[in-house]
Amino acid sequence: MLRDITLGQYYPAKSRIHQLDARVKIIGTLLYIVDLFVVQDFIGFAVLGAALAAVLVLARVPMGYIFRGLKPILLILIFTFFLNLFMVDGEVIWRIWILKVTKEGLYLALFMSIRLVLLITASSLLTLTTRPISLTDGLERLLSPLNRMGVPTHDIAMMMSIALRFIPTLLAEADKIMKAQQARGADFESGNVFRRGRALIPILIPLFVGAFRIAGDLAMAMEARCYRGGTGRTRMRQSVFGRVDYVALGACLVLFAAAILLRVLY
Amino acid sequence: MSIEVRDLSHIYGQGTPDEQAALQDISFVLHGGEMVALIGHTGSGKSTLVQHLNGLLKPNSGEIIVDGTDIARPGVSMLDIRRHVGLVFQYPEYQLFEETVAKDVAFGPKNLGLDAEEVDHRVREALTLVGLDYEAVKDRSPFDLSGGQKRKAAIAGVVAMRPDILILDEPTAGLDPGSHREIMEMVKRIHDSTRNITIFVTHDMNDVAALADKVLVMSRGRLLTVGSPTEVFSHRTQLSAVGLDVPPLMDLLGDLKEGGLPVRTEIFDLDEAADEICGALKKQKEK
Ligand SMILES: Nc1ncnc2c1ncn2[C@@H]1O[C@H](COP(=O)(O)OP(=O)(O)O)[C@@H](O)[C@H]1O
Ligand SMILES: [Mg+2]
Repeated sequence: MLRDITLGQYYPAKSRIHQLDARVKIIGTLLYIVDLFVVQDFIGFAVLGAALAAVLVLARVPMGYIFRGLKPILLILIFTFFLNLFMVDGEVIWRIWILKVTKEGLYLALFMSIRLVLLITASSLLTLTTRPISLTDGLERLLSPLNRMGVPTHDIAMMMSIALRFIPTLLAEADKIMKAQQARGADFESGNVFRRGRALIPILIPLFVGAFRIAGDLAMAMEARCYRGGTGRTRMRQSVFGRVDYVALGACLVLFAAAILLRVLY
Repeated sequence: MSIEVRDLSHIYGQGTPDEQAALQDISFVLHGGEMVALIGHTGSGKSTLVQHLNGLLKPNSGEIIVDGTDIARPGVSMLDIRRHVGLVFQYPEYQLFEETVAKDVAFGPKNLGLDAEEVDHRVREALTLVGLDYEAVKDRSPFDLSGGQKRKAAIAGVVAMRPDILILDEPTAGLDPGSHREIMEMVKRIHDSTRNITIFVTHDMNDVAALADKVLVMSRGRLLTVGSPTEVFSHRTQLSAVGLDVPPLMDLLGDLKEGGLPVRTEIFDLDEAADEICGALKKQKEK
């Protein structure tokens, strides 16, 4: 069940989106996230939603896979929805017991939920369609201007890619530990908040110990292969911007401009 | 006491790109008092199978009947299943978490809702049974023990729950030969003292030959054969086709027989094998 989490996972496929330069995808995703916060009405969301849908179709990642990734945030989504629904003051349209639903509340609840769904889908699409290696490379090259100011860009990019790479490993580890403690009669599903919190200790401690063990092993393996950090390191795959990349980047910029324009005009 | 598995199938990640049938149509029956070895190539589904036997995984289809109850059916009490079926995972020492060994071993019995006195009694009993000195280790941190001792302490954590059916997934993985022998002797000791069903997963054919009453052979998610070690090891070529060996001794006897020396091959004992070979050589000389 923990293994269902697709956060930060790569979905192997051959598609236009997969083949794009990682830099385009990183910039595109960032612009899209800004778009989501610039836009103030449902027309804007409709445009942004349509754009995301087009990318989804091009990316050839099955819908079921993406929805599975959304499942873990469903709780947060429902929570924000109802919080907004009941907590916002304004014109009352419904009254259930002591709770009242206002027009503004309903509007805001829908608005926030759509924003959240688009945000998560767009950002997971970045990692779903980009190999961790390409992502690191792209990130490193985007950050490289900072290198001159003494920021260790290579190390930052490497750390991020290792973190991404180890999400599934740690989830698998957590899954195994959870099962092992369940086999000893541990119960994570019943009791109040405090009991459930305490029930996590038998999982968290071995998980921490395991994470350090894995990190130690990885460091050793990297050193054994003479890894010394970024200086003097060359790339196996030199990515160059192609025409498709420019087109895609252009499309992102146009969408960005449109979002700004909509905001300014209305 | 018995376990019966009928047409068990399990698919991992159904509906995802890495969907995989890990178990297909597995059926077998185990009876009280049996010591069972589960062998098979890495990835053949051994761990998946044993996790079904105490309800940690639910089958996609099929039945798992433990003492008359189908534990695959919804609505069965999980705690009840775990009281009957104890599972020791591979590398169980990675699940130790308490401050002291005694507290860690007590985790399982406490979850069963036993009173403090009974818990203490079981902790002492389990630690002694796995071959640790209770007084010496009870107040030590489990993280300070040696590799073999950690493994024993972790196994004690399940033994203390006094399961009717004890399952150990590769209990000797990654241990030195000395600890390996100690762990297998311990498994035998526990089995003899309880006379329950014990299932162990292993890659060591000597252990299978020496300890098991019954062998289950897995290959690519299917149960290839079930039988006594003698029966199973008599199919040397069939085993090697699925990446498994027979014990080195049987391998030698098999080679001798193929080379023309008329010896029996179903021998697990070193002295007996020596006698057999000497006898065969003598006979050949006389001719
Ligand atoms: N939690 C899991 N999720 C997805 N696939 C798994 C999982 N656990 C095991 N598998 C796969 O199922 C197959 C059987 O694995 P396993 O039961 O661990 O075999 P064994 O214990 O015999 O080595 C393997 O191919 C493995 O990759
Ligand atoms: Mg295994």
